Amino acid sequence: MFEQLSNFRNSLPSLKSFRSLTPLGRRELRQGMWFLSPWIFGFLAFTLIPIIATFFFTFINLKITDGIASTPKWVGFDNYVDLWNDNQAGVNPKTWFQGGTPGALWVTLAFGLIALPVGIFVPLGIAVLMNNKHLKGPNFFRSMFYMPFIVPFVAAVFLWGGMLNSQTGWINRFLVEVLNMSKDSVPLWANSGAGEWGWIYATYTIMGIWGIGNAMLIFIAGLQNVPTELYDAAKVDGANGWQTFWKVTFPMISPVIFYNLTLSIVGLFQYFLVPLVVNQGTGRPGGFTMFYNLYLYRNFFLFQNMSYGATLAWVLFVLILAVTILLFWSAKYWVYYAGESHS
Amino acid sequence: MKLSGAQQKNDIINAISVKEKTKMKISRIQLKNGFNATFVTVLTIAILVIFLAPFAFMVFTSLKTQDQISIVGAPIWPAQPPVYEHNGKEVEVFTVPLAKCAGFDPSSGATRNLALVKKGQKESTFLDPNDLGRGEFICAVSWRSLDRGWVFSPTWSNYQEVWDTIDYPRLMWNTTFYAIATTIAVLISCTLVAFGFSRFRFPGRDFLFIVLISTIFLPGAVTIVPTYTFFQRIGWVGTWLPLIVPAFFANAYDVFLLRQYFMTLPRELDEAAMIDGASPFRVLWSVIIPQSYPALMAVTVFHIVYAWNDYFGPLIYLTTNRDAWPISIALSTFNSIYGQRPQLIQAGALMALIAPLILFLIAQRFFVQGIVITGVEK
Repeated sequence: MFEQLSNFRNSLPSLKSFRSLTPLGRRELRQGMWFLSPWIFGFLAFTLIPIIATFFFTFINLKITDGIASTPKWVGFDNYVDLWNDNQAGVNPKTWFQGGTPGALWVTLAFGLIALPVGIFVPLGIAVLMNNKHLKGPNFFRSMFYMPFIVPFVAAVFLWGGMLNSQTGWINRFLVEVLNMSKDSVPLWANSGAGEWGWIYATYTIMGIWGIGNAMLIFIAGLQNVPTELYDAAKVDGANGWQTFWKVTFPMISPVIFYNLTLSIVGLFQYFLVPLVVNQGTGRPGGFTMFYNLYLYRNFFLFQNMSYGATLAWVLFVLILAVTILLFWSAKYWVYYAGESHS
Repeated sequence: MKLSGAQQKNDIINAISVKEKTKMKISRIQLKNGFNATFVTVLTIAILVIFLAPFAFMVFTSLKTQDQISIVGAPIWPAQPPVYEHNGKEVEVFTVPLAKCAGFDPSSGATRNLALVKKGQKESTFLDPNDLGRGEFICAVSWRSLDRGWVFSPTWSNYQEVWDTIDYPRLMWNTTFYAIATTIAVLISCTLVAFGFSRFRFPGRDFLFIVLISTIFLPGAVTIVPTYTFFQRIGWVGTWLPLIVPAFFANAYDVFLLRQYFMTLPRELDEAAMIDGASPFRVLWSVIIPQSYPALMAVTVFHIVYAWNDYFGPLIYLTTNRDAWPISIALSTFNSIYGQRPQLIQAGALMALIAPLILFLIAQRFFVQGIVITGVEK
């Protein structure tokens, strides 16, 4: 998927290539476009035009107050200035943790620091286990670890919410009844106070572990593509298990790590459904669950401030674009594509 | 050169011992492999049990009564402390170590569920409900230190209650309808588009394909505001239309999956058909589709599960119209309705996930294949 993206510059058609088409080529163009037309029309109607409209919304003042739409008027960069000064959004790094209340961008990034490594290393660890030649019945286990991926998101949140209930949940019962922890010292998980926001992020992270199925399958496919000769060569050279992993396995699977990491980061910036269901999207406690995308959603659907929602959305878009470009730039230092020369 | 007898003998002994050693080495490797296999498999089972424990939690909790959840020290499975009727009143039953009881072997390690007739700090009087002939007897135990003898006692009516409150059949119908309608739409549109991307050569095709893939990274928030406003203007909010109609215009994931699969099919067959005068549509229908069964099945199962579990789309477009709710939206209201009755929340969750779970168990190989087809390594 990413290989095709990196060919962007060569893919741009020149005017000349259209002019020099033979009659046969023209027919192929016509027929090809006919087959692409559902997507092209959908792309224009549901992606390109809405993006442009969203951009336009950021420069006007469009909101609904008490069921009455405001008369849109041109406000220039006012929405962006408001966003820069909005402590709740926390786009300005100086205000993103004002008076003990975190900004939405800080919440998103702080959660990412916990959730991203878990979202990469847990599926990778299980994939390594699935790929172990000593494992009996790997296909059965692979299916079982994938299975929770198909559980409806709301049901999964309720199941883990029950497991993590501070009194009746199995995890705290295990801590109290088996590990003999005192009832006052066990974590409150989703009901933790603002001072213990780390437990809330841990709760969300645990709830997210059930979504590892796809990443795990992708890692397994990556691990299976590592040629066994490389492992044999490492063995002959006397490498231990750890060295083999870092010098052979890691470079060989770096493209799939890159793929999963990119999708995880893009997903992180858009994270909001779990806090919406678990903490009712209120940001309780103390704004620590007010994720950026949740703040955006509330501005648009709850406060019906279309223009401010659109501004938040465009800034999110630019942030994701910047991070993605940064990742693709970093790829040349740590992602190894077989058959590519490094001159 | 002639070897001496002793040397010959020595050589033979050496040869035998080398053979023996190799044998021993092989069996040691086998032993080591056997140990590794056991270790790795047991470790995987242990992780899997923890990983899937919430399913057991869900089933057990959904079968409990309110009391069974809140009693301190109750087992994790739906259990009831048994009672025994003795002389017209109900007495509690406890698990008693028989060694402490009069008339039993003091070295016995066995326990038995006994009815507590008279409570005491140092000695208590018990009755064996299964051996009434023995009569009442005294055991040297404090009744407070005893575990209650729990018996399995599931409450099936929780499911009935959820079924009735949320109108389960209608939710199932709504969700099934949405899943099937969008799956058909996705299959038709994505097959056409993937065919266009894989079988025609024209300037700009690769550029359009890159645009298609980039939409995967596009945050939905950047298009949702005008799209929602548009659907509201034409009066579609509160109906299924904003969720079903866009499915007819293809999506990046499924086009990508199908296109990757079509690229692996040999071109000779469709070129032969073309020479015989078949139209491109005919080639797609008679040559490509019959060969693409695994990829089309993968798209089908992925999309059914996606639509079944979709939460955000129905949330924004259908919240106002209760009659059109899919199961995910109805389930999400449980937190506020049944916040104090976890058994009903878990029963509802089970009723929501049973359909995709069955689909997965039947068609699991298509899920795995789908990921492989996308050729994810690049």
